[in-house]
Amino acid sequence: MKSLKAEHNILANANDQLEIIEHGISGDFSLVPFQQKLEQSNLFPLKPTQLETLQVNIGKMCNQICKHCHVDAGPDRKEIMTKETMMLCLDVLQKNPLLSTVDITGGAPEMNPNFRWFVEEISKLGKHIIVRCNLTIILANKKYHNLPGFYKDHIIEVVSSLPFYTQDRTDRQRGNGVFKNSIKALQMLNDAGYGKENSGFILNLVYNPAGAFLPPMQQALEKEYKQSLKQRHGIEFNNLFVMTNMPISRYLDYLLTTGNYEMYMEKLVNAYNSTAAAKVMCRNTISVGWDGYLYDCDFNQMLELKVNCQSKHIVDFCLEDLTKREINIGQHCYGCTAGPGSSCSGSVA
Amino acid sequence: MSEHYYNAKDLGKFGNIADFQKELAGKFFSYYDEVFKDSELSAREKSLIALAVAHSVQCPYCIDAYSADAFEKGWSEAQMMEAVHVACAIRGGASLVHGVQMMNKVKEIAM
Repeated sequence: MKSLKAEHNILANANDQLEIIEHGISGDFSLVPFQQKLEQSNLFPLKPTQLETLQVNIGKMCNQICKHCHVDAGPDRKEIMTKETMMLCLDVLQKNPLLSTVDITGGAPEMNPNFRWFVEEISKLGKHIIVRCNLTIILANKKYHNLPGFYKDHIIEVVSSLPFYTQDRTDRQRGNGVFKNSIKALQMLNDAGYGKENSGFILNLVYNPAGAFLPPMQQALEKEYKQSLKQRHGIEFNNLFVMTNMPISRYLDYLLTTGNYEMYMEKLVNAYNSTAAAKVMCRNTISVGWDGYLYDCDFNQMLELKVNCQSKHIVDFCLEDLTKREINIGQHCYGCTAGPGSSCSGSVA
Repeated sequence: MSEHYYNAKDLGKFGNIADFQKELAGKFFSYYDEVFKDSELSAREKSLIALAVAHSVQCPYCIDAYSADAFEKGWSEAQMMEAVHVACAIRGGASLVHGVQMMNKVKEIAM
C-alpha cells in the first residue's frame, strides 16, 4: 500500500478533495452547510477562545500506512520539518507563555532526525509536551527502543493509537502485525512506568472506528479497553480518547471506494451537537505544518486551509492576531461535532 | 400503495410515527431510550440482545440498525453471528419442542 500522493490519487490534491467533501463524487450530493449549523448554534463566525496549545506536525513520514490516516502519511512521504523551522517554533513558545502545551504529531514524529533535540528544547521552556506515538515505531528500529526512557526523562504525555483491543480490528485499519507490536510497545511503556496509576507518566490511548461508523461512548469503551488489555496482556493505561474519523484523505478514499460516503456524512450531520461545536479544539489550538505554515487544526492543515489572518507562517506568529481570527470551516468539520464531539483529547461534550 | 413493503430509508423516518399519534409515540420512544441505557446490563450487552431478537422477529429495520450498533459497540463478527445462532436455536427449538405435543396426540389416537 502506498500513500495517495504516491498513487497520484485525486484526493492527494486539496482542492479536489474539498470539492468532493462538499458535493460527493457525483457532484450532486449536498447536505446542510456546516456554517448554517453554526449559525443556528450562535457560533458563527467561529472564533478562538484562548490559545493554549501549539500542535506541531513535524513530518508526514511514518513507518505505517493506516487506512484511515488523514495525513496520508507513510514511508514514501518525505516532508519533514527542518531544524530552522523548529527553532522558529521554539522562539514562539518562549515569547508566548500562554501557549502552555506543545502537541507533537506526524506521521511518526520520532522519525524526524531532530525530534529528540526539539523535545529537549521545549522541555527547557517548561511546557507540557504531548507526543503522538504510533507505538510500533518503538520496535521499528533498534535506535527507537529507548524511546520510553526518553519520554520519561522529559515527562512527556504519550498519546497512542490503538483502534481496538483486539487484533482483527487493529490490523485491518493499521496493517498486519501492528496489534502484536503495539502490545509489545505498550508493555515497554508500562515497564518504564507509563500508564501506571499515580506514576505521573501519562499514557493515553486513542480509539477510532475501523469502518464507516461513529464511535461508541468514551467512558463505557474505556472500561472495556482497560479490562481487556489488563486481563489479556497485563497492560495499564490512563485514559481512552475516542475519536471520530474525519472524512478526509485516506479515510475519505475508503468511504468513497466502499460506497459509504453519503451515509457516513448523513450520520455526522444528523449527530451534530451544538455543545460539542462550542468546544471544538480549533478554538484553543494552533496547528503548525512541517513547512511552518499555520492552520486552525491538523485537518485544515491537510486540506491546505491556512489560517484566516496575517500570521500565516510561524515566522509571522502573532498571538493577538491569531486569537482574533475567524476559523476556517467546511463540511469536514461535522467530524468534530458529532455526538459527544471529537478532538485530539477525545470526546468534548 | 408503494411497490415494496420495505424501504431502507423508512428506518430514518421511524420518529414520524408521532405525526399520527404524538402522545403514544412519545411514551414509546421515551421507554425505548430508557431500555437501552447502561443499567444492570450494559448498553453494549443490550445491543447484542437486540440483534438476536431482531433476527428472531425478522425485522429488516432492526437487523440493519442493530448490526451497525452492535459492531460500533465493539462486538466482533463471530460474536454477532453466535448471537444470531442463539436466536435461530431458540426459534428452531420452539418448533421442535412442539414435536412432543405431536407425539402426545399421536399416542392418544393410535392403536
